[in-house]
Amino acid sequence: MNLRRDVFQAIADPTRRSILLLLTTQSMTAGAIASNFDTARPTVSKHLQILTECELLRQEQQGREIYYHFNPNKMKEIAEFIEPFRKMWDTKFNKLEEVMKNYKKE
Amino acid sequence: MEEKTKVHAEDGKQELTITRKFDLPVELVFKAYSETHLFEQWMGTKVLKLESKKHGSYAFETSYDGNVVFRANGVIHEFVENEKITRTFEMENTPFPVQLEYLEFEKLTDTTSKLTMKIVFKSIEFRDQLLKMPFAQGINMAHNRLQEIVSSLK
Repeated sequence: MNLRRDVFQAIADPTRRSILLLLTTQSMTAGAIASNFDTARPTVSKHLQILTECELLRQEQQGREIYYHFNPNKMKEIAEFIEPFRKMWDTKFNKLEEVMKNYKKE
Repeated sequence: MEEKTKVHAEDGKQELTITRKFDLPVELVFKAYSETHLFEQWMGTKVLKLESKKHGSYAFETSYDGNVVFRANGVIHEFVENEKITRTFEMENTPFPVQLEYLEFEKLTDTTSKLTMKIVFKSIEFRDQLLKMPFAQGINMAHNRLQEIVSSLK
């Protein structure tokens, strides 16, 4: 239960989503990932740590380097995509409610 | 607390259902869908055309920084006031085929109501792709912001 919420928290952050997108096509080292962002290297490391902790990424030692892999098993379940989709509609419907409450007052 | 908006998407089906409970009478929710100036306000889009009637059609577009970033259109098949709207929905300039939407408006009490929106897709794959869109948009927005920041540094 807790782990599930963590996955949603993990993908709620735009930088973390960008990292996941980068890694869908290739495995990369932390340095290579960080070079894609303006963010400071330690910040990127923190993001990688969070993504690894909730198993969206896997670490693999290759010689002296650690490569980050996207873990499709964690993401392939569409359940993970439903929450952002639901939030998008929730925001729209909240707006509808707000607009119509004001309309009623007029 | 129970969520007001729910999405139900079963594995291996080419449809999904969105439900929402409103603190509004059903008449007002229906109005928000059928009147141009109200629809524009909550959808955050520009309505080019909205013929709220059987066999009417609609089109809208969304701009960002003066550029049109999204256009969609469709045809209304059923239009029963305060009860239902059945329509097609097509996003222009995307690989997504047209989808079929069943909107049902339900009165719960005099001041509350429920909307059930069932969307049927051409295939399971297209449904799953659409579900991933807010995720992809989040990425695009992050990139756009990044680009804005980078451009402002130049």
